[in-house]
Amino acid sequence: MKLIFEKGAEGRKGVSLPELDVEKKENLIPKALLRKELNLPEVSELDVVRHYTKLSTLNFGVDSGFYPLGSCTMKYNPKINEDMSFLQGFALTHPLQGEELSQGVLELMFELEKALCELSGFERFSLQPAAGAHGELTGVMITKAFFKKKEENRTKLLIADSSHGTNPASCVLCGFETIEVKSDKEGNLDLEDLKEKMQQDVAGLMLTSPNTLGLFDKNTEEICKIVHEKNGLVYCDGANMNAIVGISKPAEQGFDIMHINLHKTFSTPHGGGGPGSGPVGVTKELVEFLPAPLIDKNRKGFYLNYDLENSIGKMRSFFGNFGILVRAFTYIKGLGTSLKEVGENSVLNANYLAVNLKKDFDLPYNRICMHEFVLSDKNFPNQVTTMDLAKRLLDYGFHAPTIYFPLIVHGAIMIEPTETESKETLDEFIEIMKKILKEAEKEPEKLKNAPQNTPVKRLDAVKAARQPDLRWKKQ
Amino acid sequence: MDYISTTKKQRKEMLQSIGVNSVEDLFKDIPEKLKIKKLNLNNPLSEAELKKTVSDLSKKNANALEYSYFLGAGIYNHFLPSVVPHLALRSEFYTAYTPYQPEVSQGNLQVIYEWQTFISELTGQDLANASVYDGATATADAMIMTKIITKRNKVLVAKSLNPEYKKVLKNYAQANEIEIKEIEYKNGLLSLDELKKELDEKTASVILQNPNFFGCIESLEEIINLIHEKGTLSIVAVSEPVSLGLLKPAGEFDADFVTGEGQSFGIPMSFGGPGVGFYATKQKHVRFVPGRLSGKTTDSDGKEGFILTLQAREQHIRREKAISNICTNQGLMAVIATIHLSLLGKNGLKEMAELNLQKAHYAAEKIKELDGFEIFFGALFFNEFVIKTPGAEKVKEKLLEKKIISGFSLEKEFPELKDCILFCVTEMNSKESIDTLVEVLKEVK
Repeated sequence: MKLIFEKGAEGRKGVSLPELDVEKKENLIPKALLRKELNLPEVSELDVVRHYTKLSTLNFGVDSGFYPLGSCTMKYNPKINEDMSFLQGFALTHPLQGEELSQGVLELMFELEKALCELSGFERFSLQPAAGAHGELTGVMITKAFFKKKEENRTKLLIADSSHGTNPASCVLCGFETIEVKSDKEGNLDLEDLKEKMQQDVAGLMLTSPNTLGLFDKNTEEICKIVHEKNGLVYCDGANMNAIVGISKPAEQGFDIMHINLHKTFSTPHGGGGPGSGPVGVTKELVEFLPAPLIDKNRKGFYLNYDLENSIGKMRSFFGNFGILVRAFTYIKGLGTSLKEVGENSVLNANYLAVNLKKDFDLPYNRICMHEFVLSDKNFPNQVTTMDLAKRLLDYGFHAPTIYFPLIVHGAIMIEPTETESKETLDEFIEIMKKILKEAEKEPEKLKNAPQNTPVKRLDAVKAARQPDLRWKKQ
Repeated sequence: MDYISTTKKQRKEMLQSIGVNSVEDLFKDIPEKLKIKKLNLNNPLSEAELKKTVSDLSKKNANALEYSYFLGAGIYNHFLPSVVPHLALRSEFYTAYTPYQPEVSQGNLQVIYEWQTFISELTGQDLANASVYDGATATADAMIMTKIITKRNKVLVAKSLNPEYKKVLKNYAQANEIEIKEIEYKNGLLSLDELKKELDEKTASVILQNPNFFGCIESLEEIINLIHEKGTLSIVAVSEPVSLGLLKPAGEFDADFVTGEGQSFGIPMSFGGPGVGFYATKQKHVRFVPGRLSGKTTDSDGKEGFILTLQAREQHIRREKAISNICTNQGLMAVIATIHLSLLGKNGLKEMAELNLQKAHYAAEKIKELDGFEIFFGALFFNEFVIKTPGAEKVKEKLLEKKIISGFSLEKEFPELKDCILFCVTEMNSKESIDTLVEVLKEVK
């Protein structure tokens, strides 16, 4: 499809701005500082509407169909959340307009933080981090500040071999060296390996809980104990919190720091890659290190509290992705105590899928799972790959699962249905998965040439990387 | 509210199929003592109750429909055309994930490619990424890259950079063992003498803002030439990108990195977030770009399409060897800004920039005439300017009585600027509202 830059006609524009109502002054800026060229489109409002409406139809979202992308929690995004975030009293507020003129904003943030504390067991949360990885970075910075204050030189951090790529990347950004801890045959963290690697120069461990195999580590308490015995900190990557929301609190399991992806567990939309929000919670002894300000309340009302003795500083400008906080607050307030059913039904749906798929597919960690599970490509006939299966699913109108992650499962297919999907949808998915496996046996070319029913066919990634074309240029 | 589709009957069938008796059996891996006995939250609300509860909170805040804003300082009150949210909230855009499956994400990938083009054009750079969190983190990302590229660890930061950005830089620098030194300003502009004094062969980069935090327009050519003399890289942050409708962009002055905040392009102020950080650079630094890049390629039939590319920079491929940890960025905000920039286009953006420039100068001239008020810096400015007042607190209170939100009081962040206020005027401030502002200020003695 043509680019917006290739459409329109000279002299056209798509917006009507107010007339200049003050006397125009010439030469306010010297010519040498003025730009000569501005190669932007010249299109009308309708041109723009048609262009982006058409583009939207080439996209697939949760509203389009089943989106079982593991570790991403692609649940339904309630419409009321969007409406609330666009209310003028939220959307049209300036971050520097002052506390007395922002009491509703601050109250919402205060209440959201309280709810996150209640659900996770942590003492306080910073709502600043803009995404999960940004939350990890915050957590690692807190870890660094904690040991700096204690004047201990700890240079390493442990991560699980099943961890998200963001975990080691966040550690390295703060100057830590990472060491991988193995998973055992059952998919739990290998305790012996952990004990061996948890030495005096190790600041702690980052662990996704439930883990990226979709399992709740049976030894979670023991793991935390091993790290704590060496005075290390345990960080919980909360990307998978959906399974345990309303069911168990990570702080009570022994974790010290945690980020929560509001754009996963608390239903705020992923927006095709953000904006997200990754609030970070800590235990009492770490509160002094949180990014300032926190939102507190005194006799006069809600206020921005900058009085944090050893705050790491700011993670981003102003106070976080506030518009996303409004959506998450609306969701939590609406569900209240019934949030427990979110955890329950996400786990119910995942186990129902797992049980019905493992008859035909290899499920390497064959036990009751949490909100997701991981199949392998073992037994795929005719050199069919996980990629082929994923692309064939697109032909049948489903989004593909997360593939080739976690790295410890060969040809991993990571499936997360979420609680909002119906049994009918799950049954349909099971049926199609089985059908595709049959095709793999009898008509493998159907998978190898997939997808056929999508706006474009399989794209050449090698060409894109070898001859990068990252923008349009005026000829 | 709940959004669960499974009925009681279906739940029973599903449990049976799994081979367990109850949902509790699915949670056996979690020790009993670690399970929540009672959740201390409110009872579920109906949609009508929920709407009222949340709306009531929104009514406790001043907002741009009810107040007249002369406040900027990094977040700007600009016109929001109705068409933008209508298009951006097409659910195929906003309920999608990062485009990992390009065959069903061509809409999103093409918009990102268009956004990359808009930002490259506006900043005068070779290329731009798909977005980062905000202007402050974009600038911090660039700072870290200059450490990697130059293998030097000293960074000079203009004192006239937005304080919010400075705080984020300080934090990221600490974690990365980068030493930051501030460069003083003189008459509102970066002091070249101070820069010359501090700049040396150990300096990885110099970070400045244009127009700077005081609204003043820097002499980029001279500054960047000076920076390059020591093999140092330049990072120019832009927090008010509407200025790029008129001003020659930093890329044309050979800046190495141009970073900034795109909130001005159709994104509501929303108490400071979400906005969208942009990051643009030269071709030679393409391996030092954080986050996603959408690239053009062809499919198996030779048809053109788009795909996420050069992923060997990224965390999901390179893990601890990645150059950044970013995963989720500000995708939908980039979609909004792209749509808004398309509407404005070549003619509209220039017109909008001109409106901001003219109205700000009209306001500054009027205020300057009042007893006790003066324009504090003599430098060229775009849509923000610093006024020395008879008393910043008095001004703020007086204006508030008339439902006018004053500019940013500078004293807290810059103690030497006592009673100085940074005023901002955009196309949203009519002549009438500016005249009212001046009338009220007249009463402050």
